[in-house]
Amino acid sequence: MKQITAILEGFGSTLQLLIRSIGYAGTLPRQWGRFIEQCYMIGYTTLPIVAILSFFIGSVLALQAGYSMQNFGTQQFIGSLVGLSMARELGPVMVAILVAGRVGSAIAAELASMKVYQEVDALVTMNIPPARMLVMPRLAASLVMVPVLALIGDLVGWFGGALVSKYTAIISIEPEAYFAVLRHYTHFKDVLNGLVKAEIFGFVVVLVCCNIGLNTRGGPREIGASVTRAVVVSLILILVLDYFVTQILT
Amino acid sequence: MSGTSHTRNPFTQVEIPAVGVTVEHLTKNFGSLKVLKDVSFAVQPGEIFVLMGPSGSGKSVLLKHIVGLELPTSGRVTVDGHDAASEVTRERVHMALVFQSGALFNSLSVYDNLALYPREHRLADEAGIRQKVMHALKILSLEGTAKKFPADLSGGMKKRVAIARALVMEPQLMLYDEPTSELDPVMSATISEIIASLREEYRVTTIVVSHDRDLALNIADRVGILMDGKLIFLGPPSELKQPKDPIVADFLAPKFDLKHPRFKQLET
Repeated sequence: MKQITAILEGFGSTLQLLIRSIGYAGTLPRQWGRFIEQCYMIGYTTLPIVAILSFFIGSVLALQAGYSMQNFGTQQFIGSLVGLSMARELGPVMVAILVAGRVGSAIAAELASMKVYQEVDALVTMNIPPARMLVMPRLAASLVMVPVLALIGDLVGWFGGALVSKYTAIISIEPEAYFAVLRHYTHFKDVLNGLVKAEIFGFVVVLVCCNIGLNTRGGPREIGASVTRAVVVSLILILVLDYFVTQILT
Repeated sequence: MSGTSHTRNPFTQVEIPAVGVTVEHLTKNFGSLKVLKDVSFAVQPGEIFVLMGPSGSGKSVLLKHIVGLELPTSGRVTVDGHDAASEVTRERVHMALVFQSGALFNSLSVYDNLALYPREHRLADEAGIRQKVMHALKILSLEGTAKKFPADLSGGMKKRVAIARALVMEPQLMLYDEPTSELDPVMSATISEIIASLREEYRVTTIVVSHDRDLALNIADRVGILMDGKLIFLGPPSELKQPKDPIVADFLAPKFDLKHPRFKQLET
């Protein structure tokens, strides 16, 4: 019963934070510096790990598909499998998981630390709403940067698949043939679906991590607990939302 | 006490009516824990009111009620006649709280810590903000720290920067939470002098939460003593020199008894 109450309270406070933050959307132009800083944090600093992970996801996907497809002699369709899988599912989900692990944890730690060391209380006494200064620029930056990361993830994943397809003996498909099949079966709508998913996941991850950070109570030990909670809740939400968003978009 | 009821803005020198604070039958419970029990008192405009009491007596919680960070379980707190918990009051009355830890923004320099309030509320252009910030730093003799970060400052300097940041808010009501804790005796006296000077020069209504006996006796107009969530003393500091109440006397000048130490009599 206690856990259900905690979940409902968490949902309620997240919703309240969302409404308050949206209310401050008009202040974005004069918080341009903070917005750019958050774009840098969410986008630029996450890019290398997104690229590395996407490259190997694309590579492994091609390798596994090649291994299975050789039995049927259908290796030439690897491009379509990698293309669609990366664009519709693996690209947005993996980017969202990375954003949760790298950006969400950092947000939760920073805001929890500000709460524990009374910096958030100081903002309130200065009549500066934390939702305006700490949350809104992060949400706006997530809306801009996470789809960009997902798109780069898609491209790098496709490239990884092409490399493996060329240099693996059991597949041996030239990049021209790989990309021709990929282009034929992967449509703009598929890529767009993935970007919409990434947009939703990224926004939810940042919102949830902000809320958990700002609701931290107690001493420094609670900062670590908040970070763990933020990442776990984000991962669960990504996978649950993935099912429903896929249902809606399909 | 200066006897006048107008607060002078440290930057514009404009005078505005000073504000008073009223606490009426304030009770606060955290679950089954009763932290404040029917506390009532009033702070007159322009006076320095020092709230004393042992650790865990509810002093800081009471301060949070005055600044609107906590809501009463029952009772009422008003600032200048308005409900302290209301956002409108925070907009109408300039209140500044100096936190025990300073609560400086660690990611910002001292200059940016002070400039945050006028920037966020668009009170002046950047040149005007710079003038105001440097003036506040000068009042607190902190001119050399503008570019430093909070992590580079000593405990005493952090407290002074926190007071300077509060001053930039042009407060009508200054609240200090344990301003002399964790400081050496000389720095404690320095902070006490700053609090008294700011009141003398700008006639800001001041509430100090502290268990520093010297601070209370030297700068307070009136003192309240909170014990286990109840106000057990309210009066001028002169009455504390020879207190009649044995509990108050023991709190202010505890006797050392190494044969029967207090900690062995404490409840767990």
